Amino acid sequence: MGLAKRIIPCLDVDNGRVVKGVQFVDIRDAGDPVEVAKRYNEQGADEITFLDITASSDDRETTVHMVEAIAAEVFIPLTVGGGIRTCEDIRRMLNAGADKVSINTAAIFNPEFVREAAERFGSQCIVVAIDAKKVSAEGEPDKWEIFTHGGRKPTGIDAVEWSKKMVELGAGEILLTSMDRDGTKNGFDLGVTRAISEAVHVPVIASGGVGNLQHLVDGVIEGKADAVLAASIFHFAEYSIQEAKETMQAAGIEMRL
Amino acid sequence: MSTENKSIVAVIDYGMGNLHSVAKSLEHVADANTEIVVTSDPKVIDAADRVLLPGVGAIRDCIGEMRKQGLIPTIQKAMAEKPFLAICVGIQSLMAHSEENGGVDCLNHFQGNAYYFGNDHRDVDGTQLKVPHMGWNQVKHTMDHPLWQGIEDGARFYFVHSFYILAENQSEVAGTCNYGHDFCVALARDNVFAVQFHPEKSHKDGLQLYKNFIHWDGKP
Repeated sequence: MGLAKRIIPCLDVDNGRVVKGVQFVDIRDAGDPVEVAKRYNEQGADEITFLDITASSDDRETTVHMVEAIAAEVFIPLTVGGGIRTCEDIRRMLNAGADKVSINTAAIFNPEFVREAAERFGSQCIVVAIDAKKVSAEGEPDKWEIFTHGGRKPTGIDAVEWSKKMVELGAGEILLTSMDRDGTKNGFDLGVTRAISEAVHVPVIASGGVGNLQHLVDGVIEGKADAVLAASIFHFAEYSIQEAKETMQAAGIEMRL
Repeated sequence: MSTENKSIVAVIDYGMGNLHSVAKSLEHVADANTEIVVTSDPKVIDAADRVLLPGVGAIRDCIGEMRKQGLIPTIQKAMAEKPFLAICVGIQSLMAHSEENGGVDCLNHFQGNAYYFGNDHRDVDGTQLKVPHMGWNQVKHTMDHPLWQGIEDGARFYFVHSFYILAENQSEVAGTCNYGHDFCVALARDNVFAVQFHPEKSHKDGLQLYKNFIHWDGKP
């Protein structure tokens, strides 16, 4: 008996619709965010993550309304990410009903923003999202670097060191996405997941590459993740949240069923 | 409909931010005769039938804001006379003292203190346990209480906290949880009930607890 590992379905929202791009090319429509969130809530999701991937900031108002609509009906934790750059952005999302916000690019350009946000709103609601890619060649010691712009731009920052720094600045949780796996359905990059999870004392959410339920099991057992995030396997009803939980529990992982 | 005959639940807003989800989930389970009011006005709190003390953020700011806004006597008065529910940092604020922020004296309604889990928190078998304690954990009922009605012993609730409570008076402990070691997650004495977890984030069981609170007469 103890703390359960979490399953977090992720809603990538573009122009008011849930979408899922395979390597950001083939964008498939997966429905209305509020309806999708309600469905996952009913299916027993442990949390929901809403990532606003709309390119322009004009539609931020739409996001605020959607977060409000979701928060009014879904009584599990809700994380909102995408375009969070200032404390004012955070305040708006929290007031709209988000429980946590996920900071990505803004942390890279201004790491002090993470400290400021954690001091003002508390570490419990500050998630730092890290997009990492393996940069070491075959035979070299493993090394992962932070990338921006959907995995296209290297930053030269070591992913493990960066996650430690983010926690020192006040991040309460790390959302780790393996950019070379995202959308591939080949499973998480377990190496980077484990390296970061063992390097920090806060929870780590593994993301990027889930194609089947065994991948979720591997993320927790081999990757030492505290939570697993997936999108397309749930959106297109390949698997239900319940099935995923049962599979994980059967593999010896403590789950909330 | 006039509000005169309505039963009022006051959610105390002492400036620590987001009370949206607490208010929404209370509204979700409230019947037509119950009104949920988010307020920092002592007069409204005094006149309410039930009072909920939420908690967000760090304890020093929490107690500091309560003091700055002159709400401490109002909170103490409410705890003396009507059904009162404290959640998360709210429960910690009712203890004698918290280790957070270098040590903060709290309202001392319950004897006992809040302690840090530590940056190297481990399970009995040596496994690393992450801090904050974040996610769904099982709550064991250690007393029968109207607020546990309809909730299974061992049901999971959503937690997010880095400080845990050690209560001095075991007869006031209403629920416990295990994370490396057992600790108190619910306290009850007379008309006051306090929980470490977030009912508003705990799906059906959390809503059930809020529903129980809305109908509670304040008797243990």
